[in-house]
Amino acid sequence: MDEKKYATLEKKISPKPQIARNMFTAFVTGGTICLIGQGISLFYTTFFDFTERTSSNPTVATMIFIAMLLTGFGQYKKIAQFGGAGAAVPITGFSNAVVSAAIEHKSEGYVLGVGGNMFKLAGSVILFGVFSAFLVALVKTILVKFGVVSW
Amino acid sequence: MVSMFVTAFIVGGLICVIGQLLFDVAKLTPAHTLCTLVVAGSILDGLGLYEPLIDFAGAGATVPITSFGNSLTHGAMAEAEKHGFIGVLTGMFEVTSSGISAAILFGFIAAIIFKSKGKV
Repeated sequence: MDEKKYATLEKKISPKPQIARNMFTAFVTGGTICLIGQGISLFYTTFFDFTERTSSNPTVATMIFIAMLLTGFGQYKKIAQFGGAGAAVPITGFSNAVVSAAIEHKSEGYVLGVGGNMFKLAGSVILFGVFSAFLVALVKTILVKFGVVSW
Repeated sequence: MVSMFVTAFIVGGLICVIGQLLFDVAKLTPAHTLCTLVVAGSILDGLGLYEPLIDFAGAGATVPITSFGNSLTHGAMAEAEKHGFIGVLTGMFEVTSSGISAAILFGFIAAIIFKSKGKV
């Protein structure tokens, strides 16, 4: 069987992802996680000395903590199975990636296992985040220096 | 107050739908999808479009991973405004420090407390 034939056959047989259903579950799951985040943010602005703007910092840390507990007790993978990208895209998905890698490699020791593998999945997010932030900020600084745009 | 919750739900949900479409339609792996979204957040902040979204949607814009790119860029640009080019380096993690510190700390604590039961 040549390559082309194989590709068409594979396309025909492999199950189609249910795009509409996946979109719906991602919307509901992601929306709910952001709703919880909004609730936590409200808690910090009401009971602590945070403004609407600065409350995002403790909110994100709290969400990461909750996701750590859910991951440790094996519940986050259930949410991820249901929600797909709805569970992966919020910051809780980032936390899940870090925590699950840390727990999984515990058997190899704390230095080589946990320390070395913790950012295995999340590292690429940090790398490309930092690199693109560097480029964007550099371009903007240059543009401001030449007087093309202002801050 | 209530309207903020509704917009947070809708905007946060829509960002996740974009992620799901990158999974299903563009056939990207989860890692590629997350990197794409982070870069998108960073570029949107460079164009000055992400802050208005946060004002509009609150946690709907700060909880998805796009806000990570946004806060990296935002910190870098805020410092660059004060100190010039060197500020791009010094300001990078200014805004998003709690996210990174929390992830490292809680990740390590979880590794101490929990035992691996297959894939978690």
